[in-house]
Amino acid sequence: MRILALDSSGMAATAAIAEDDRLLAEFTINYKKTHSQTLLPMLAEAARMIELDLNTIDAVAVAGGPGSFTGLRIGCATAKGIGLALNKPLVHVPTLEGLAWNFWGSEEIICPMMDARREEVYCGIYTFENGKLRVLADQEALPVRTLAQRLNAMGKRVILLGDGSLVHEALLGSILTAPFLIAPPHLREQRASSVAACAMEYARAGKLETAAEHKPSYLRVSQAERERALREKAGRQTDGAGR
Amino acid sequence: MSREDVTILAIESSCDETAAAVVVNGRDVRSNIISSQIALHTLYGGVVPELASRKHMEKINQVITEALETADVTLDDIDAIGVTYGPGLVGALLVGVAEAKAISWAKSLPLIGVHHIEGHISANYIAHKDLEPPFACLVVSGGHTHLVVVKDYGSYEIIGKTRDDAAGEAFDKVARAIGLGYPGGPKIDRAAREGNDQAIHFPRAKVGGSVYDFSFSGLKSAVLNYLNGCRMKGEEISVPDVAASFQKAVVDVLTEHAMHAVDEYGFKTFALAGGVASNTALRASMEKACAARGVRLCCPPPVLCTDNAAMIGAAAYYDYQRGIRSDLTLNAVPGLKLGER
Repeated sequence: MRILALDSSGMAATAAIAEDDRLLAEFTINYKKTHSQTLLPMLAEAARMIELDLNTIDAVAVAGGPGSFTGLRIGCATAKGIGLALNKPLVHVPTLEGLAWNFWGSEEIICPMMDARREEVYCGIYTFENGKLRVLADQEALPVRTLAQRLNAMGKRVILLGDGSLVHEALLGSILTAPFLIAPPHLREQRASSVAACAMEYARAGKLETAAEHKPSYLRVSQAERERALREKAGRQTDGAGR
Repeated sequence: MSREDVTILAIESSCDETAAAVVVNGRDVRSNIISSQIALHTLYGGVVPELASRKHMEKINQVITEALETADVTLDDIDAIGVTYGPGLVGALLVGVAEAKAISWAKSLPLIGVHHIEGHISANYIAHKDLEPPFACLVVSGGHTHLVVVKDYGSYEIIGKTRDDAAGEAFDKVARAIGLGYPGGPKIDRAAREGNDQAIHFPRAKVGGSVYDFSFSGLKSAVLNYLNGCRMKGEEISVPDVAASFQKAVVDVLTEHAMHAVDEYGFKTFALAGGVASNTALRASMEKACAARGVRLCCPPPVLCTDNAAMIGAAAYYDYQRGIRSDLTLNAVPGLKLGER
């Protein structure tokens, strides 16, 4: 199986081309936020250097969220465009699962997190058992404190990674009673090679999407929808009080 | 299609329409697919950028596939891809730009980033097969009010623009104030047909320093003041009369400035473009004014006035012929100026 993998959900933009037993190319840029200008040029350059015949790929994998809304859409539209043009399926890799693959094989608790503003993080809790990923808590948006309490309750050593682990380092350090390590830079952020490795498992399990049906999982509604829901709720309460 | 024909797949996602089209030689529209988000944004009284971006993402592949199928072509028949890269909502633009770049790369097709307003102007090439520059054009939409001299294909001089609100924006704001809701343009147009456009006199703003520039925020305030005044005095408000009188004030200013340019520059052809060009009162007023001067008025049908991709295909064709190409670093430029690259 040959997979093109993309991740532009966070601070890093990253692209890779991988086969079952070989990582053919990987290109990561973590410099300012210029994903729109870097993601596809990186992929194109990587493909050119390995003389890739695009028609030989089996699927396009993309970190499908959560993450920066705009970043997700750049990766998603790029994957959808390639899928449409080459008539290839897409693999939707949950962003935090892709990040957990940076620590493939580790039997410690793995907790990737991305800063989600409003004092929350997008996070998930994982571990590997005999090389197989186990999802201990599926990805969601949580207050940093809630996540820390959850990790404390597990009581085992945890590896923290993702941009959120740095942004919230001080707060985590003050709440976490479970022993923890913060991943070093080369393993801390999104890597398309990890997305590709995760996608291989999904693809083998037949978890593919058409390019047309693929869309990001934002894990959060837009601000306008949130405010509208609040207004409607307030309206209903007022109606109730009036009766 | 002969070998010399140039077939362009065009993509537009700058605001609240997801659109794709196949256009041959800039003027022959083989398909023009538009997925409108109006119903979604109506719930919020206007376009919500984040929701627009999300909706584009969900629809874009279907819209492109439908455009290819309707035109009875595949990507192998396409010679180049045109895409709107500005101005517009950045998140919305990025969806079309990223998608177009990916297709262009995967199929090794030339890519052409197109200016949205250049697209609106170029809609006239589709509607009027014999139209060639030079001519003058009034571009009026929800985001733009430009009086433009089209010197040649791809060569523009903006001689007048709005200092504050766009004409379409004024329609939306006034429509909201009189309870007609979003989208304001068509709703005011319809309500105005039942009203008296002489009922209330609203100001026609002159802008200091330029005879061609526009200002609509004063007019909007005048309407709001009028409505407040009526409410304070307990007078009933006639929605059709307010709509008709407001619309007349906008149309008068647009027509006057347009005709001033025609008289000053001596153009024999004048074109309308943009969503507000569908307004029936504006069309009637411009037709009358142009006829009185022996000037030909060009105006695209409504489907080419609203945001659409066929117009982007038309503009991309003339860029293609002049050798203009974009590379894979093409980015969305929300504040892109006409004539800039």
